[in-house]
Amino acid sequence: MVHYLNQFFAQIGGEDKADLPPSAREGVIGPGQAFAKEFGDQAEIVTTVYCGDSYFAEHIAKAQEKCVKLIAAAQPDVVLVGPAFNAGRYGMACGAVAQGVAQRLSIPVVGGLFPENPGYEMYRQYAFFVETKGSAVGMREAVPRMARLALKLARGEEIGPPAEEGYLPRGCRKNFFAPESGAKRAVAMLLRKMAGLPFTTEYPMPEFDRVPPAKNLPDAGQALVALVTSGGIVPKGNPDRIPASSAGRYASYSLAGVTDLSPDQYQTVHGGYDPTYANADPDRVLPVDAARALEKEGRIGSLYERYFVTVGNGTSVANAARFAGEIAQALKNDGVQAVILTST
Amino acid sequence: MKALQLEMALFRVEKVVAGSETKLRDGVLSVDQDELADKVRTDERLRAVEVRVANPGDSVRIVPVKDVIEPRLRVSGEGYPLPTFPGMIDKAAQVGYGRTLVLRGAAVVTAGAILGFQEGFIDMRGPAAQYSPFSQTHNVVLVCEPVPDLPPHQHEEAMRLAGLRAATYLAQAALPLAPDEVETISWLPTQGGAPNGGRLPRVGYLYMLQSQGLLHDTYLYGADAKHILPTLLSPTEAIDGALVSGNCVSACDKNTTYHHQNNPVIMELCQRHGRDLEFVAVLITNENVTLEDKRLSSSRVATLGGMLGLDGVIISKEGFGNPDTDLMMNCSKLEEIGIKTVLITDEYAGSDGASQSLADAHPAADAVISTGNANQEVELVELDVVIGDPDRLPALAGATGTDNRIELQAVTGATNELGFSNLTARWQ
Repeated sequence: MVHYLNQFFAQIGGEDKADLPPSAREGVIGPGQAFAKEFGDQAEIVTTVYCGDSYFAEHIAKAQEKCVKLIAAAQPDVVLVGPAFNAGRYGMACGAVAQGVAQRLSIPVVGGLFPENPGYEMYRQYAFFVETKGSAVGMREAVPRMARLALKLARGEEIGPPAEEGYLPRGCRKNFFAPESGAKRAVAMLLRKMAGLPFTTEYPMPEFDRVPPAKNLPDAGQALVALVTSGGIVPKGNPDRIPASSAGRYASYSLAGVTDLSPDQYQTVHGGYDPTYANADPDRVLPVDAARALEKEGRIGSLYERYFVTVGNGTSVANAARFAGEIAQALKNDGVQAVILTST
Repeated sequence: MKALQLEMALFRVEKVVAGSETKLRDGVLSVDQDELADKVRTDERLRAVEVRVANPGDSVRIVPVKDVIEPRLRVSGEGYPLPTFPGMIDKAAQVGYGRTLVLRGAAVVTAGAILGFQEGFIDMRGPAAQYSPFSQTHNVVLVCEPVPDLPPHQHEEAMRLAGLRAATYLAQAALPLAPDEVETISWLPTQGGAPNGGRLPRVGYLYMLQSQGLLHDTYLYGADAKHILPTLLSPTEAIDGALVSGNCVSACDKNTTYHHQNNPVIMELCQRHGRDLEFVAVLITNENVTLEDKRLSSSRVATLGGMLGLDGVIISKEGFGNPDTDLMMNCSKLEEIGIKTVLITDEYAGSDGASQSLADAHPAADAVISTGNANQEVELVELDVVIGDPDRLPALAGATGTDNRIELQAVTGATNELGFSNLTARWQ
């Protein structure tokens, strides 16, 4: 295992050493000793990585990258961060380290945080954060609970729900096999619901984001209009390799001089519908021909010189919301006033 | 009135082998591959048909998989000749009563790329096997190759009918034998009387069928489900050949014909019928693409539910994304008129599980059964034999761009929304 600490717990110094950049040392430091005792011969902390809290807060991306590099070099099975209790900058650093490790190394991370530490809200999905007291007086309680989870993860065991395993909810959906089929569970739930007995839904409804439609354009004939599609129309060969489903990215391509999408030059990469008709005439999904006609007739001012595309097939709402935010900002920066959004 | 009584004569299949003659003996189904291929090749649209077998635990991957069908043959009831799949390969007639032979434990699997990314795969062993119910069936696989330039819709139909023909052909092996077990499903409205003299809750089952078109199609007695208005089915006919899958869509949560034939919600409601509840009817509805169609179908569902005086309804879904809206509209309109609902759906929460799971939501949907996160990845291991075309694997919907991991989305039946399997998801 590798352990991440701040400058204080790494016994370098207090606030005067908070601008220390990331470094690493073989073996355990400070609270690491308590973990080593807890692990016995079942696990070993081979490296401790540490960084000053101020340095991390002021250079998040750089510090995260450096810490991940130092951690990767030790090839751990599990990474421990903190515990950071209610120390805000330290909690954020632990979270950022967890994010980097989870995303880039796919190694599980165990930490310890007071629930109101901002690091928890920001990074909860990237680690199993044991709930701790607000200050280091909670160390004695936190260590065995973190150690137990770390050992379970190191052995590749399944981690149960938060209340059962003693960590703060990560906000992630995780599969498991129930003792009974979905159909049996459904009938049992309906009988309870009809009888007015308590029941627990397996998927609580999210807060759904309802967006009020924008106001009409005062003068469409003057407007700069953009085309955006989730229908997967890309230049032939799919140069940016947008996946057929569960897209993690979008792309944007020039429409300068393009009046009609020819099947020789464009195709769809969408995996959720029969592509025959879209490939025969890509304008059916990305209506460049119709938009050019409107432009010519003066019914819109002009067509924006680029279009944005992704695939909306099994693509997570989180990714879709991120794409939308970035695309909208790019269009706004270029003065686009309206968007024709085509789906499939 | 007599009860609609369906006798399922079950013949256990514990192994499938290739043989010189098609027969069933001591649980071993041997298959004359040439004869079966000839039966299926009567469809001129299929240039070549290769018949293979795969048993649970074999180091075999089947890809790309289109449909799975349970071998069955109706041997008594209405119609001449007796229809097993009316409106598809047989003449229209009433099904859901009489006697049907079932090769339990066997399955026909149709394989071959129609759209490439809209089919799935089945591993008979390894980490992905536990997610597909068809890693546990003894499979007769038809690898179908169409004549050149056959349009996709014709190709789909030819393969659909090939699977059904193979299913009835194989079940004929049971004709000379006595069944291992006869399961009788008898369904007659109970007139509301509970065993203890009280009133049983009146329960309906709303069966949503994928009908978005462009090869996302389901057939009801041969009728294309996108053209139907919501209607009623008896529980016994729904599982006795009235419904056939014509879907080329993400493999994890489409209902194969096998799922229709073994609908677990219907089986569970039939078991509890007259004891814990009164199973009033199966309501069948579609999942069309236009908002106007969604409005029409969900309104018809609510009206039918009200006319039947239902207290509660189980709603199952097929597919994801667009049908989430049909699910929420059906739920909210039924709840609006006081009918309690439980929804069965899978989730698309991203591979890290951190995203919102459905594309639509409604506060009335307070009782949901999850059949798992389809975006969760599973390890892909190398297997000795690939039946079909291994090159299609990286193109399936659910492929991750790596060789060793794939989303459950690509595993046939992994997150089936009839609640066929035990997979579910919870917060971590």
